[in-house]
Amino acid sequence: MAYVAIADRNVHLHDPQTFVTKYIWSQDHKVIAIQYAITAIAIGLVALGLSVLMRMQLGFPDTFRFISPENYYQFITMHGMIMVIYLLTALFLGGFGNFLIPLMCGARDMVFPYMNMLSFWVYLLAVLVLVASFFVPGGPTGAGWTLYPPQAISYGTAGASWGITLMLVSLAIFIVAFTMGGLNYVTTVLQARCRGMTLMRMPLSVWGIFMATILGLLAFPALLVSAVMMTLDLQVGTSFFMPAIVSMGEQSAHAGGSPLLFQHLFWFFGHPEVYIVALPAFGIVSDLISTHARRHIFGYRMMVWAILAIGALSFVVWAHHMYVSGMNPYFGFFFATTTLIIAVPTAIKVYNWVLTLWRGHIHLTVPMLFAIGFVFTFINGGLTGLFLGNVTVDVPLSDTYFVVAHFHMVMGVSPILVVFGAIYHWYPKVTGRMLNDTMGKIHFWCTFLGTYAIYLPMHYLGIQGVPRRYYALGDTYFLPDSVHTANEWISTAAFFVAAVQLLFLFNLIWSYRNGKHAGGNPWRATTLEWQTPDTPPKHGNWGPELPVVYRWAYEYGVPGLKEDFVPQNQPPVGGESAEFHGHSHGYGPGHGHGHEHAPGHEPRHGSGDEHGRR
Amino acid sequence: MNLTVAFAGIAAGALVWWLAVRRLTTRPWEAQGTSDGRDSAGTTGPAPARIGLWIFLAVITSLFALFITGYWMRMGHGMAHGIVHDWHPVAEPRVLWLNTALLVLGSISMQWARGAANRGAADRARLAWLLGGVFAVAFLLGQLFAWRQLQAAGYYAAANPANASFYLLTGVHAVHLIGGLFVWGRTALRMLRGAELEDLRLSVELCTVYWHYLLLVWLILFGLLLLT
Repeated sequence: MAYVAIADRNVHLHDPQTFVTKYIWSQDHKVIAIQYAITAIAIGLVALGLSVLMRMQLGFPDTFRFISPENYYQFITMHGMIMVIYLLTALFLGGFGNFLIPLMCGARDMVFPYMNMLSFWVYLLAVLVLVASFFVPGGPTGAGWTLYPPQAISYGTAGASWGITLMLVSLAIFIVAFTMGGLNYVTTVLQARCRGMTLMRMPLSVWGIFMATILGLLAFPALLVSAVMMTLDLQVGTSFFMPAIVSMGEQSAHAGGSPLLFQHLFWFFGHPEVYIVALPAFGIVSDLISTHARRHIFGYRMMVWAILAIGALSFVVWAHHMYVSGMNPYFGFFFATTTLIIAVPTAIKVYNWVLTLWRGHIHLTVPMLFAIGFVFTFINGGLTGLFLGNVTVDVPLSDTYFVVAHFHMVMGVSPILVVFGAIYHWYPKVTGRMLNDTMGKIHFWCTFLGTYAIYLPMHYLGIQGVPRRYYALGDTYFLPDSVHTANEWISTAAFFVAAVQLLFLFNLIWSYRNGKHAGGNPWRATTLEWQTPDTPPKHGNWGPELPVVYRWAYEYGVPGLKEDFVPQNQPPVGGESAEFHGHSHGYGPGHGHGHEHAPGHEPRHGSGDEHGRR
Repeated sequence: MNLTVAFAGIAAGALVWWLAVRRLTTRPWEAQGTSDGRDSAGTTGPAPARIGLWIFLAVITSLFALFITGYWMRMGHGMAHGIVHDWHPVAEPRVLWLNTALLVLGSISMQWARGAANRGAADRARLAWLLGGVFAVAFLLGQLFAWRQLQAAGYYAAANPANASFYLLTGVHAVHLIGGLFVWGRTALRMLRGAELEDLRLSVELCTVYWHYLLLVWLILFGLLLLT
């Protein structure tokens, strides 16, 4: 028999009853989303703590004796890897993907709920293995987040045996978890959308998450291949990546391996990874801007096409991370060209965000502040990307703080601002309570201005030639005193920004009990997740009948209506062009419910095997 | 990376084509209403598990394409950099031919099982299904035998990148087949417990597709190993 998602089977909705089935071994996408989010934020806090330790050393060298050079390298490595993979990837796809895809598509759950549950638990295992590396002999790996061989597994690098092994194993486990989740996200978007939810009616959040998942499914295998090969080099003594090395006067057992092969494999994953993080952020921010500016998204189709174009192009730009690794110059030319080309669809998106705001009815709510902060920061980081995409400019700037500043702006701060905006936006749906507005605004301004205080001076450091990954600069003759002053300033700002995040955490916890009741649709938004009969949505999301969608996701500010928005599941009324006229069961805009279905059409739920046998 | 880029290009092209077919050019703001839900895939189209399998096959294709790319690049590395060429091809054990035949038989059996399941011939389906799994297990044992032969002949993994690559490629393929055997085993148990053929049809079909796919991958890997 064809597979039918548990929540869509022709049986009574199996509401989980016990604490264990409801919150631990849960197959409900919303609970899994929260599990993912909490785990990702928890491990992200570890990475935040590591960055504070790094900045203590960089801002005030020779002050903190307990930070050895080995420790410093371990901090930067774990900070980078955790932030990119275990926080951002997991939070955007495992967290927001899980929560939003079924709700925004009008489904009851993911199509493979059991696999979805496994995905989280395997992810948790990956995180635990990673954390375990802090407690093994030699500590975690200090190879830098790119884990380049030969130094990653050579004597002298911190964590070159236990630490790196656990890192590679953890990454492999993560990829298994991601694949299980990813299959769910893609298949759910393709197969479980409710009636009327055509692809071109999907909110851009879903588009961004959908495309990012496809990128992840095709790109993560490259990381798996490199992890497997490096593990063999380390544990079995093969020479895939390891060249012959004379270490401590002795010839190593390896010979003839190609470190460049690792770099190609790593960046074949690594560059799409940038967009695995960026595309969900692009999608989510489009929805935030449209909702809070009460205006339809400008150029919806172009936004969708840009997401697809960015996804495709992201596979042919990887070697721009390797301009100084030694490449045929024609390769450099090719990759510089593709890198500049990918700026075109990205710029289209930026224009469209700005044009959505233009003449919009902008509400400076906390999510909107974060969304505008994102656009601002993404432009900054994107422009320095154009610098670094050009070989001739990149070569002198390579491995300086200019690069650190660039990628933190473009894929550190920018996506995190979206994460914050998204949490302020959807927290009311997740918990039924609003986050505290005052704390939110303080959090935004301190984070936004604070990150500029950190990263703008880093561009200056880079142009001065300050190399990245140095434990201490010492008395380097070509560096002016201003570099040291800037480093102190950056560190101080970093401590401040890190401390402000505690306010955010406090807000999350405090508002859970004390926040204002949100109601079903506090932002008066059009998309389906705001139209659920219950808030927070119950198991199965939609009550007895699935919603039916009649329009796209951006019907804001329509002239002549009492409300300034029309939910996607509101049937057309007189005067509107319609291919089909359904009727509503006593439902009007703004009331945050509604799950009517069209007469003459069987509702999806209850018809049992509609998912199968075709 | 050429092979992988080509695969990624084809995958992206297929996706864009598919999406274009799905009327990516419609103007969603112009028409309200829903005619018959044709575009909401939940009401039409193949079962999610079928879509899931094909996406999974795309993921594995990416994985094997990258492994093959790595193999190719590592093989050319010595020559390209003018250093001593350290690639000494493995003398493939002859048992690999037998193993290939076993895998082909496995695929044929699974196809037979699928056909029988579609016709409702439960006994035949059960027999063919069990044969499909037995052939796969025999293939794995044969691969293990090939490994031991190579070890006995002194082809250690650490001794040469060609040896290491042989173990790696065959090992990764075997791991995927073992994964398939778990699913096969679950379906076999349900069959033996007398589950309705109707309920098993999708599992049988998807497992068969997976078997064919792994046969194809093996043929490519085997050809690559023989030719290099």
